[in-house]
Amino acid sequence: MSYSNLKRVDLIFDKECNPKEIIKNTWAKSNDQIINELLESGLKGRGGAGFPTALKWKYTAEQPEPDKYIICNADEGEPGTFKDREILFKVPQKVFGGMVVGAKVIGAKEGFIYLRGEYRFLLPELEAQLEIFHASLKDLKIDFRIKIIMGSGAYICGEESALFESMEGHRGEPRNKPPYPTISGFRSKPTVINNVETLVYAFMICMHGARKFKDLGTADSRGSKVFSISGDTPKAGIYELELGMTVEQFVEEFGDGDTKAVQVGGASGFCVPRKKFKETIIGFEGVPTGGSMMLFNSSRSMFNVLHNYLEFFEEESCGQCTPCRVGCQQLILGIEAVKKGERHANYLEHLQKLAQTMKITAKCGLGQSVANSFFSIVENFKEEMIY
Amino acid sequence: MPEIKELVKNLAGKHGRTRESLIPILQGVIHEERYISDEAMTEIARELDISAAQVYGTATFYSFLDTQPRGKYVIRVCRTISCAMKGKNLITHEIEDMLKIKIGETTQNKKFSLLETNCLGWCHKGPAMLINDEAFTDLTAEKVREIINQYMKK
Repeated sequence: MSYSNLKRVDLIFDKECNPKEIIKNTWAKSNDQIINELLESGLKGRGGAGFPTALKWKYTAEQPEPDKYIICNADEGEPGTFKDREILFKVPQKVFGGMVVGAKVIGAKEGFIYLRGEYRFLLPELEAQLEIFHASLKDLKIDFRIKIIMGSGAYICGEESALFESMEGHRGEPRNKPPYPTISGFRSKPTVINNVETLVYAFMICMHGARKFKDLGTADSRGSKVFSISGDTPKAGIYELELGMTVEQFVEEFGDGDTKAVQVGGASGFCVPRKKFKETIIGFEGVPTGGSMMLFNSSRSMFNVLHNYLEFFEEESCGQCTPCRVGCQQLILGIEAVKKGERHANYLEHLQKLAQTMKITAKCGLGQSVANSFFSIVENFKEEMIY
Repeated sequence: MPEIKELVKNLAGKHGRTRESLIPILQGVIHEERYISDEAMTEIARELDISAAQVYGTATFYSFLDTQPRGKYVIRVCRTISCAMKGKNLITHEIEDMLKIKIGETTQNKKFSLLETNCLGWCHKGPAMLINDEAFTDLTAEKVREIINQYMKK
């Protein structure tokens, strides 16, 4: 199905899929064949960082440690990233399928889904679906089990090492890296952690082969992607689209005719102003995204938007490292002071230096990515920060 | 107090007595009691053989593990950007008006607590709120009145 200028894809939500059959067929292949197929497809992690999925699986498979784990990160609570809920609700068997294929490749006997606390209502249905899945595995004589672990409302637990800490019963505070999870993850064992969407795509590549996926997208951003679209749009919702579109094409389809900015990648992503719509590609060659797309029309104050994002980060910072804990607070106080006229407009430059310091010195992705929205909003909408 | 002791013992029996059991036990206490009291934390520490400070440290980290007394129904209104743009404030004011409490407070009859929370993951259907684990979306003042009235009758 095509829109006027965007290609809609139906890989993830396509009902024509027999997970048991795909698992059976995949089991007949060697691990190298599966890894090569994934490598060939060009699949990169759909959480936003974009690490090649095949390499993550390969590095973990190479570890000599006998106990390994595969974890589905279903706690990506970035504002605007509600696609995972829809995927878990509509096609849970495909998520489990991706996990069991990953488990085969790395040699894991156990897998976990870390489900965000805000989605606890999904739990009964997911448990029921898991029972069906485990019965299929039993039929296929595959020794692998998945357990669901509930989160308790902490955005930082979407960060992989904070997620392990939480699963181990601790505060969800990120660990120092390296070592990376492929070497030392959950229970300090080699661990593959993928987000919900990545696992489904890995499974779909097992079903369709690399070609179908590789033929979509661009050289840097292969395949399709599920987008969560919200804000000032008449078409808010979840859409699976081919990667490589420009923001302009996206706005033509989803805007309300008055779009002045698009936040690509949620609060930790980048704000693209209208003047850059044409030149900005949504993907790794332009602005990467975990799927969150928020549209703002001319009635919105970008000061309020930035303030809301900073409040989000201030509250969700785990507080472990000073750049993030204090930096978020100071950025809020700073933009408020400029807005009230208590500080000269030049003070915004000091705040940008602070954001830059956070980008370099914060311990994890949360503190490091605050600068993305801060810079892109302050630079492109400076007058709205002042007046 | 004996009930808390019994509850924690049962939860430890169900989830185990390792450090990995801590959060499921805390979640179990929340499910039964709506908050984790000092007594519950002390009992959990005793049961898992870890310090009460470690239990406290973990419990206070997570926004859904309340350590303040809460009502039977905890209402969490999403305050993040998309819900804020769609009129989250109207929803909060409506609830405050109906329940005669402010954000962070609990009604005198201990039936409702009103909180604000970060992204509930319903950005395309804002404003959204959770009442305990149940999600409500596309809220309007009328819709909220209807929902709260239903809960008042429970």
